[in-house]
Amino acid sequence: MKDATEPLVHVTGLRKAFGAALVLDDVSLSVRAGEAVALLGANGAGKTTLLRILATLARPTRGTAVIAGFDCAREPERVRERVGLVAHGTLIYEDLTAEENLRFWRVLSGGQALAADLREALAAVELEPYAGERVRSFSAGMKRRLSLARVVLARPQVLLLDEPFAGLDQRGKKWLEEYLQAFKAGGGAIVMVTHSFGRQLSVADRIAILGGGRIALDRPRPSVTADELARLYALHTEEAP
Amino acid sequence: MRFVRRAWILAWKDLTIEWRAKETLNSLFFFALLLIFLFQFALGPDRERLSAALPGLLWLGFILSGLLGLGRTFAGERDNDCWDGLRLAPGEKSAIYVGKLAGNLLLMLAVEAIFLLLFGVFFDLDLVAALPGLALVVGLGTLGLAAVGTLFAAMTAHVRARELLFPVLVLPVEVPVLLGTVKATEAVLLGEPLGSVAHWLKLLAVANVIYLTIGVLTFDVVLDG
Repeated sequence: MKDATEPLVHVTGLRKAFGAALVLDDVSLSVRAGEAVALLGANGAGKTTLLRILATLARPTRGTAVIAGFDCAREPERVRERVGLVAHGTLIYEDLTAEENLRFWRVLSGGQALAADLREALAAVELEPYAGERVRSFSAGMKRRLSLARVVLARPQVLLLDEPFAGLDQRGKKWLEEYLQAFKAGGGAIVMVTHSFGRQLSVADRIAILGGGRIALDRPRPSVTADELARLYALHTEEAP
Repeated sequence: MRFVRRAWILAWKDLTIEWRAKETLNSLFFFALLLIFLFQFALGPDRERLSAALPGLLWLGFILSGLLGLGRTFAGERDNDCWDGLRLAPGEKSAIYVGKLAGNLLLMLAVEAIFLLLFGVFFDLDLVAALPGLALVVGLGTLGLAAVGTLFAAMTAHVRARELLFPVLVLPVEVPVLLGTVKATEAVLLGEPLGSVAHWLKLLAVANVIYLTIGVLTFDVVLDG
């Protein structure tokens, strides 16, 4: 990071249009080290687009997105070294084993794929007994956990999560909550897209609602009750939660 | 060193998946078999006609099977958004190109070896004497095919009509390779020394250097599309 006092995620005046369709319009958002922001919004509000811009998978039409002091559009390689993305796609090859998948992504990212590290990452998501099994035989929840193990292994500074709890059983959800709390405690920043108003919001320190292409609301989570959140969500997205 | 490790892991991944799934290899084997049956029906037992047409037929088989295999280079990356994973991996993207190219090259050479063997058996040809020269020509020609095919497969990976567009884009660019390989193969099969086709081999080598350079330099842009 260039300056330790800067937010780890800093988005200013971000605009993204696909042809004539304006998805994001003047989005500004900051996330400091040790902080997690839950991003809520209706379908098509631009939540995933914002995550993709932060992950350097899409370029903004206007405005800037900066991760750990590096501009996502101008210094994508520096940003990629610092972010971990868990999106809808699991980034898993079904004909490789769980351990082979982790080894592949680790080496491709330029890291050392030590067997002990791979096993440790698999153990963290309770997949160590299945390390040598082909992923094709895994359940959807196991694939999701393997996808999380890939991120655990990479040790990023910023986590970008798109519906990270989807497909996980209760144990998996509990593990993920604990991991995310530990990640924050270690100085990481989290941007988490979710549709859920449930317990997974407990990870978040702030709640932001994306509506009309902008951050329509950005409040500390403890200051928003569940009823108030439902009312604010309906107000800013024009749909019931 | 890091570049080589990244390229190697990609080639290893592609070959391991192919070895386990055998999707491309099985299809190409039966395709080669089918082509040889068709050639045999078309040419009959006339050995003079056969020897005149042999270099062209051989490369027709290599190219058709190569196009089928190369067109699927990035098919596996579309599953589970692995394409995004390749883009997100920090480091030079040209290592991904080199890794994909190496995997394709080995797969194509394996199919071509089977194709040559079947050709020898079905047409009762003794290719052993011509094998060293043939290996050089086939190696150079296949490298040229794979270098262009890998790059264009990435370019067309997200295009809706990719199966149609891919060969339409690749074949015109491959003209120097096709010319060089067919002419050099003809000479090698007639028992002429490699020195007599040195100009064709030079053309192949130069074309390969150009294709590889363009592939390495542009793959970053192609992948980020």
